[in-house]
Amino acid sequence: MKRVLVANRGEIAVRIIRAAHDLGLEAVAVYSEADGAAPHVRMADEAVAIGPPPAGKSYLDMTAIVEAAHISGAEAVHPGYGFLSERADFASAVEGADLRYVGPKPEHIALMGDKARAREAAEDVGVPTIPGSDGAVTDADEAAEVAGEIGYPVALKAAGGGGGRGIRIVHDEATLHTQYKTAAREAAGAFDDARVYVERFITEARHVEVQVLGDGERTIHLHERECSLQRRRQKVVEESPAPRLAEATRVGLFEAAIALCAEIGYRSAGTVEFLVDASSGEFFFIEMNTRIQVEHPVTEVITGVDLVAEQLRIAGGEPLRLRQEDVAPRGCAIELRINAEDPANNFMPSPGPLEHVVLPAGPWVRIDTWMEPDGEVPPFYDSLLGKVIVWGPDRASALARARRALGELEVEGVKTTKPLLATLLGEDWFAEGEFNTGTLEAWLEETTNGSAGG
Amino acid sequence: MADHEVLTPVPGTFYRRPDPDSDPFKNEGDAVEAGDTVGLVEIMKNFQPVEAQIGGTLSRFLVETDDTVAAGQPVAVVDDGA
Repeated sequence: MKRVLVANRGEIAVRIIRAAHDLGLEAVAVYSEADGAAPHVRMADEAVAIGPPPAGKSYLDMTAIVEAAHISGAEAVHPGYGFLSERADFASAVEGADLRYVGPKPEHIALMGDKARAREAAEDVGVPTIPGSDGAVTDADEAAEVAGEIGYPVALKAAGGGGGRGIRIVHDEATLHTQYKTAAREAAGAFDDARVYVERFITEARHVEVQVLGDGERTIHLHERECSLQRRRQKVVEESPAPRLAEATRVGLFEAAIALCAEIGYRSAGTVEFLVDASSGEFFFIEMNTRIQVEHPVTEVITGVDLVAEQLRIAGGEPLRLRQEDVAPRGCAIELRINAEDPANNFMPSPGPLEHVVLPAGPWVRIDTWMEPDGEVPPFYDSLLGKVIVWGPDRASALARARRALGELEVEGVKTTKPLLATLLGEDWFAEGEFNTGTLEAWLEETTNGSAGG
Repeated sequence: MADHEVLTPVPGTFYRRPDPDSDPFKNEGDAVEAGDTVGLVEIMKNFQPVEAQIGGTLSRFLVETDDTVAAGQPVAVVDDGA
């Protein structure tokens, strides 16, 4: 394998191109008409135009991307995250075109993409799942019956949903009956799949996920990431190790993630996501993401393992090089997501020209970004401009370094989430690690109250 | 007969329907009131409504679903009948 096509844009395309170059591989970029001047296009050894700006006509066009791989002589396709990265049909199309897919087998993408089937797979290997319906329910009455057994509040979830989409929380039976119809209709519209399932809603939950790497034969874990700070179920800050996590729970999470992946013979990088009940320490499998994740650098920084490079090696046919005992995390890493959104105006997306950009640097600061002075943030794609990742020997020093690094970041031309992150880094509850998946939104409501996010 | 342009406040991709299986928000010839949604613009995975600023008859659309629009671009014309 000498040449890999990167079927993505933005910071993750830049990240993958760097991993390819580090391994001595050539990288092929694809780009829409909105991204002709984007850094990933310049950094790649070759770039192929694949269509107009809207993603549906370019970055989601499977035929155009497979065609781009052929005309550029690429032998492998890395999907990144988002776009086509969790589409089993894309992985099949790539493999069907005699290309290597830098990711899991198509059947594993399909399995984990169906929340009801994924849950069954977890239960089959004894991994705890959130109490709820046995797969999808058939109607509102069955949903109400299940909810009565497991107790309210419950969540109604779209079987085909993901990334926090297609979820409704209901607190009583009357609401369940009215919300069920809406949930099913929305699921059908959004995911082309009207099936809905029911599960217990944990009031004080932490989102903790385990990074895994497999070669189809053997799986290892690369410890956990704590990702509870979310707004509208989009992660804002991630870190590793997870603060305030009991050692027994941590070990249980690792064993559960390995059990699930070993059972199916998982290949490539993946993330097994869990909810940890902050009051009881119980944990429950929620889903598995069959791709590289936005927050993967947190794990790379504490373990010294280049996850994207490992993905490329595995796709090239190499067996997993690491043994479990080779993975020795050190210190604490924190990632801050810099989005082109205005926290002072309800996170309104803020595309436009980047007039001025100064990136942080210095000891133990890593910036994964596609931002550059005189760049342009198009309105067509997600708002992630970049990530500031810092390391420290302990959490307190990592937090101090995060404040220092964020202070060095300057972006003018578009609004960013920097002011919000700066305020967050000054909060005692954050410094103490006392938060759950509801904390950030409650804090935002309290502190902004319609005005600035700091 | 005064024509008023309906402008999108944000750039992105224009849609005339709330989702692919639904009817369009408005058809040409429909009555509109100030504040009615005539379309959506997808900006960075968010959907922002494009609203009529004045009531009247939506005489024509200037862009169609999936068209790329710039901030401040006219997307439709409303005739206020005055």
